[in-house]
Amino acid sequence: MTFISDSRFHRQLLLVNGLLPAVFIVFDHWRGELGANPVEFVTRATGVLALIFMVLTLLVTPLRKLFGWNWLLKQRRLIGLYAFFYGVAHLLTYIAGDRDWQLLSVPDDVLKRPFIAVGMISFLLMVPLAATSTNAMIKKMGGKRWNQLHRLTYLIAIGGVVHYYMIVKSDITYPLAFAIAVGLLLAYRLAVQIRKVA
Amino acid sequence: MSKSPEIPPSEITPEETFLNRRFFMKSAIWAGTTVATTGLYRTFSPRADVENTGTAIASTADPSVTSHLLPDEKLNTFEEIAGYNNFYEFSTDKSEVAAKAKNFVTNPWSVEVTGLVQKPRTFNLEEILKFESEERTYRFRCVEGWSMVIPWVGFPLAKLLSLVEPMSGATHVAFTSYHDLKQMPDSVFAGIDLPYVEGLRLDEAMHPLTLLATGLYGKTLPNQNGAPVRLVVPWKYGFKSIKSVVKIELTDKEPPTTWNLANAREYGFYSNVNPTVDHPRWSQARERRIGEGGTRETLMFNGYADQVASLYAGMDLRKNF
Ligand code: HEM
Repeated sequence: MTFISDSRFHRQLLLVNGLLPAVFIVFDHWRGELGANPVEFVTRATGVLALIFMVLTLLVTPLRKLFGWNWLLKQRRLIGLYAFFYGVAHLLTYIAGDRDWQLLSVPDDVLKRPFIAVGMISFLLMVPLAATSTNAMIKKMGGKRWNQLHRLTYLIAIGGVVHYYMIVKSDITYPLAFAIAVGLLLAYRLAVQIRKVA
Repeated sequence: MSKSPEIPPSEITPEETFLNRRFFMKSAIWAGTTVATTGLYRTFSPRADVENTGTAIASTADPSVTSHLLPDEKLNTFEEIAGYNNFYEFSTDKSEVAAKAKNFVTNPWSVEVTGLVQKPRTFNLEEILKFESEERTYRFRCVEGWSMVIPWVGFPLAKLLSLVEPMSGATHVAFTSYHDLKQMPDSVFAGIDLPYVEGLRLDEAMHPLTLLATGLYGKTLPNQNGAPVRLVVPWKYGFKSIKSVVKIELTDKEPPTTWNLANAREYGFYSNVNPTVDHPRWSQARERRIGEGGTRETLMFNGYADQVASLYAGMDLRKNF
């Protein structure tokens, strides 16, 4: 068996490396090293991590098609679940840190701050994808319908970038970098579609 | 592994060596990926490592302006104050400014005071530090929704202005920060026009609460807090308190201000702390006090209403935000 086909090994690598940022956040929190504004830091870190994993899921198909790295496909589910995992952590940090656990103040905040609304929509779109990520669900839905549903990934990634762009005060470097990444990954899919039709 | 006859037996890897090599390779991949992940994480989440290396400034405490804190308010630590800074010339990441500003040269320094004054004059650093210093503990409220309590050392701006004798036609004061791409290369990412400029109405500038700060916690200012001399206007959002001032000009009209130029809808000229007027993207009713768990109510004029509200008598603070 070569490393390329050792999907158990890939899974272990992904599992550990994906969890490492969360471990650092918890560890730094425990030793009081999250900086002057821990709530802001954890909110931002988990938000960026959710977006990074969204971008990584979108990267799988182009890498397979362009380089024949088909072994990546087996790991896509876990990458997506990590995006959801950090999305949940992001939401919980917001509820605990920004809202002081006042759940009733969330709807008002969503209406008041458009960037929160965009984030919330993106997050809510992640829920059905996480819920249908099991083999049983794929079988039950059938590959075609499952694939259609999971195209929501595109919207979630776009929503994540827009949400990010709406937050920054003036330095748009990072949201712009994510916008370019997501833009290229979606353009690739568009190009493939156009080639198919033509 | 196929054992085709073409391969001489000597070239077939013995099972044990093969497994060892495999174990070695796997370990290397484990080490490589986890080190890379750790490195990436740490690079993008820098921790400020600050030390109070300033030189001591002799100062007198002015109890009339330090006794205003509520019973449950306490000073923020030096690490908090010097490790969490909005200073876009160095970085837009508040935790990174301290490190990026470490080698900023603040001596020699001069502050040009000019415009509608009888006696225009340039003060060098020595002259600035000669003003009799007071320790003034003020709340500091950032427009982003966080706040601190900071023991500044400095002197009323009014003292300096009275030395240059503003002309009767002067109505406003314009301030300019230091900017230079060599010392502040990351300022190209700031997304705002630099040098940073700010302004006050003359009566605001002459108000006894308005400070030119040269230090905090009894020592000269850390670079990241606006060394060697900065403005402190405690009843306004933090961005009005311009850092590393090089020019003060008296004018007869409202001067341009950086954040207002960047986004006039979100940042007004006055920018008084006001819990009843929300920023278009977030509420200003509450604030997160750095070092505390929850949030606190934001006070009108940051708690200095009894001293400054009269400056704005009759003004619509919703329009003049
Ligand atoms: C569940 C609903 C969501 C809420 C309530 C929410 C709320 C927030 C808040 C309050 C911030 C911090 C703003 C600041 O510090 O100034 C933030 C930042 C961010 N969020 Fe969300 N968000 C949500 C969903 C998402 C999702 C689904 C993604 C990604 C796909 C995401 C990605 C980000 C990013 C990238 C940032 C910026 C981090 C930075 O400034 O470095 N958020 N979000």
